[in-house]
Amino acid sequence: MAVRAVAVAGEVDWEVPEKQIGLWTDAWQRFRRNRLAVLGAVVVIILVLIAFLSPVLQHFGILQNPIQEDVANIEVGPGQAGHLLGSDGLGRDTLSRLMFGSRISLSVGILVQAIILPIGLAIGLASGYFGGRVDNLLMRFTDIWYAFPDLLFVLVVVSVFSPSLLTIFGAIALVNWVGLARLVRGQVLSIKEKEFVEAARSSGSPPLKLVLKHLLPNSLGPIIVTVVFGIPNAIFLEAVLSFLGVGIQPPTPTWGQMVYDGYEAIYANPSAAVFPALAIGFTLLAFSFIGDGLRDALDPRMRR
Amino acid sequence: MAAALLQVEDLHTQFYTSRGVVRAVDGVNFQIDAGETLGVVGESGCGKTMTALSILRLVPDPGKIVSGKILFRGKDVTKMDDDEIRDFRGNDVAMIFQDPMTSLNPVTKIGRQIEEAMTAHDRFTEHAAHDRVIELLTRVRVPAAASRVKDYPHQFSGGMRQRAMIAMGLSNEPALLIADEPTTALDVTVQAQIIQLMKQLNRELGTAMMLITHNMALVASLCQRIVVMYAGRVVEEGPVEQIFSNPQHPYTWSLLRSVPRVDEARKERLVSIRGLPPDLSNSPPGCKFHPRCPFVVDRCKQEEPELSGVGVNQVARCWVLMRNVKAADIEAAKQSSLSREAVENLKAPALGSSDKAGTIAGS
Amino acid sequence: MAVIEGRPARGALLMARLTQASGTRSGALTIFVVRRILWMIPVVFFVILITFLLMHLAPGSPWDKAGGRQLSQVVVKNLNAKYGLDKPELQQFELYLWNVLHFDFGLSYQYEGKTVSSLIAQGLPYTATIGTLAFLLIVPVGVGLGVLAALRQNTRVDYATMGFASIAASFPNFVVGVLMVVVFSVVMYKATQGSFFLPAANFALDDHLIMPVITLSLLPIAYIARLTRASTLDTIRQDYVRTAWAKGLSERVVVVKHILKNALIPVVTTLGPEFAFLVTGSVIVETVFNIPGIGRSFVLAIDSRDYPMILGTTVLFSVVIAVANLLVDVAYVFIDPRVRLT
Repeated sequence: MAVRAVAVAGEVDWEVPEKQIGLWTDAWQRFRRNRLAVLGAVVVIILVLIAFLSPVLQHFGILQNPIQEDVANIEVGPGQAGHLLGSDGLGRDTLSRLMFGSRISLSVGILVQAIILPIGLAIGLASGYFGGRVDNLLMRFTDIWYAFPDLLFVLVVVSVFSPSLLTIFGAIALVNWVGLARLVRGQVLSIKEKEFVEAARSSGSPPLKLVLKHLLPNSLGPIIVTVVFGIPNAIFLEAVLSFLGVGIQPPTPTWGQMVYDGYEAIYANPSAAVFPALAIGFTLLAFSFIGDGLRDALDPRMRR
Repeated sequence: MAAALLQVEDLHTQFYTSRGVVRAVDGVNFQIDAGETLGVVGESGCGKTMTALSILRLVPDPGKIVSGKILFRGKDVTKMDDDEIRDFRGNDVAMIFQDPMTSLNPVTKIGRQIEEAMTAHDRFTEHAAHDRVIELLTRVRVPAAASRVKDYPHQFSGGMRQRAMIAMGLSNEPALLIADEPTTALDVTVQAQIIQLMKQLNRELGTAMMLITHNMALVASLCQRIVVMYAGRVVEEGPVEQIFSNPQHPYTWSLLRSVPRVDEARKERLVSIRGLPPDLSNSPPGCKFHPRCPFVVDRCKQEEPELSGVGVNQVARCWVLMRNVKAADIEAAKQSSLSREAVENLKAPALGSSDKAGTIAGS
Repeated sequence: MAVIEGRPARGALLMARLTQASGTRSGALTIFVVRRILWMIPVVFFVILITFLLMHLAPGSPWDKAGGRQLSQVVVKNLNAKYGLDKPELQQFELYLWNVLHFDFGLSYQYEGKTVSSLIAQGLPYTATIGTLAFLLIVPVGVGLGVLAALRQNTRVDYATMGFASIAASFPNFVVGVLMVVVFSVVMYKATQGSFFLPAANFALDDHLIMPVITLSLLPIAYIARLTRASTLDTIRQDYVRTAWAKGLSERVVVVKHILKNALIPVVTTLGPEFAFLVTGSVIVETVFNIPGIGRSFVLAIDSRDYPMILGTTVLFSVVIAVANLLVDVAYVFIDPRVRLT
């Protein structure tokens, strides 16, 4: 607690503490000071813009059609034949495929988390709140679920059912909800143990509302961090699926798929694989910077 | 007169933090003679622990000893090289810490930890050290020492852990043992046992001791001399009986007033020192204690006093000095910082009569 | 012990023995290990069940080759009979479970007449070699980097290693693999006119191993380095480290016996999940570098809907991961004496 001198009627009072600032303002300030986190946020914002604007840009002819094949200009290098980043094995423009690919990656990443959020919250809440056998059952279930290697599960599911966007969403969501559920459960349990809940219960007020009221402000931080960290994980899984050929099928461009295509002709035209690979890597990096930044910013122990 | 065992001369230890330079130890002088027990008292944050850590050159980052001398048997600790300092630590001077649970390695057996202290200085062979550990633990009154050596710290009770730490500290028969709040983390009953133990060990072994504490009762039991620290400086020093019966610095006086004493009438009210310790990176001008001092005069706010002799072997750092304070002022200060009226309102109102509805705050 | 009239009930005696055993640490340890082994059973069962269900929920039949001709009814019927697909589901499942216990995973659909077990056995040495090398690389390098960064906190060494770790931790296996191939195979080949480059495909016990092993280990190294660094930094601040210094111990003793001994405990617990990562990572790495291991077989099986192969490989992977986790849990009990076993 910093001590500042405050002039009080002419006399110096050496003991006045600084004003306590709110958790969110404090968190925002800390996040802002973390340069990597800000950099990550900027990158993600740019990506989101690209994702939204690509069709518009294509409409206005600034961006080429990502699925249009150009047989005359197969596998050209960057800057040649009007293809800023080169073209792939079927002559499609790499740059525009890259930009359109961001739509898939971002939507998978974000939407999967959006699906998981209510599921994880509900299950975690139920488990923590009801306790007893319900909790036991759910925890056993999640223990077993954890044991299933997530990549394998996703691969199996997506290959068995046809690799549509829906299947992919579902499969990735199925693998990722456990962490959130456990987190929420832990938070609910720790709230239940607090004395004011005991007190409230004895005076007859509806405990569920009370739990919810106290759950949100306290655990919003860790929940946000978990969800944000889940985004790159989802993007990664989608990319791997595409790379192995069981993701979104061509001609819709996705980055993983582009790496796969480019890899086949890696000696002749490395840039076709390099650009999407870098795109994946840097996007994931940006999200992890944001996640780290958020985690540090929301960490109550680091408050001054 | 024989040279002092330990002589600390004008020690300055500072921390370089983002908030500025924190002057944790700001010009401290004292000495400890062989076999003597010195008490170092003060509130948390006054620099007593940092002084002790400076003696062993264990000041943590971002702090460092900036200037001054620490002479142990004439040799300057601040100038020792790595080998010398390693030889010095745990051997010439040993330190035991406040919380025995966190101060012991949780994944190593207690016996090993004590042996380690001994074998590190090449004074005992492994075998001899192993036997000696049992002997030491028995001496500090740990029951069934022979089987206890194989236990881990979490298997010991708090009091036993502290005994084990004492055994560890004394294992190399140091000339000086620094004890930092040795009883603070313990139950009251256990505290008494530990105090007894330390008294006995001091008698038997003749080890000099520097006892750091904010517990005046402990000082009264164990120490011959006492050094009072405030804001990184020594503000009073002298023999224990003298200081207790005739403290000259208002801070010492306040400290003694805040401890219940058996020898005083019960109606004497306990006084807590109002306010908080100063921020050591931004301390007040003049005397560092002046914002909280009940007897402050103008000079205190401008000029910082030097240590001056106030009795036989007693020094204090004050412009006013308790012996110069009028009895009436002392009495006034003895009242707590609440006004008389506020004190009245604290008493439970008689049922039905509520004409004295007042608030507690306000002075 | 009280004299008991007549014979005690069997169960009571067992309970008494168990309680007595759990009193001693070695007794409790045995119980713990046994319990953990028993716990593996429902886990593996669940994995088999889920995978089996998925296989059989799949629309279409395994004989629909993508884009191929439709096989005639008779042929399909015969194939179904041959592979036991005409029996009721439950029976198929029971049969499968029974076979699995005998290590019989059935016949592959892709490769006529070959059993899944033999195919797995074929690929095993390749996967095992790369996996083992990766594991042997991960632990010393990851821990070493983490400790180095922690002991040199806030210096350039620290920033460099942690920066590298952040990046490595974010780039997925196949991205790293592809980029490595581009740099060390393609670019180097072109730059040195083919005289010096790293081979990017196939398996051989030479520099063919370099890129696959590095690709597989990069992420775990980064993760372990970060964890070790955080744990070490945390440990350095502990009071007992200060006590160790105060005892006059040498730097080496303090770092190894006090700091590392404590700091590495959380790192050990992470080895289980890291191992699982190596297993799943092998799928990707073997695909990128065209190594004929189990991982690649898995991908090929998925492409061709070879259900027994998919099922068998999944079961194998899960069992291996479960065993690895078990070993780590048991090791943890040995390392940390504070852990309560009951």
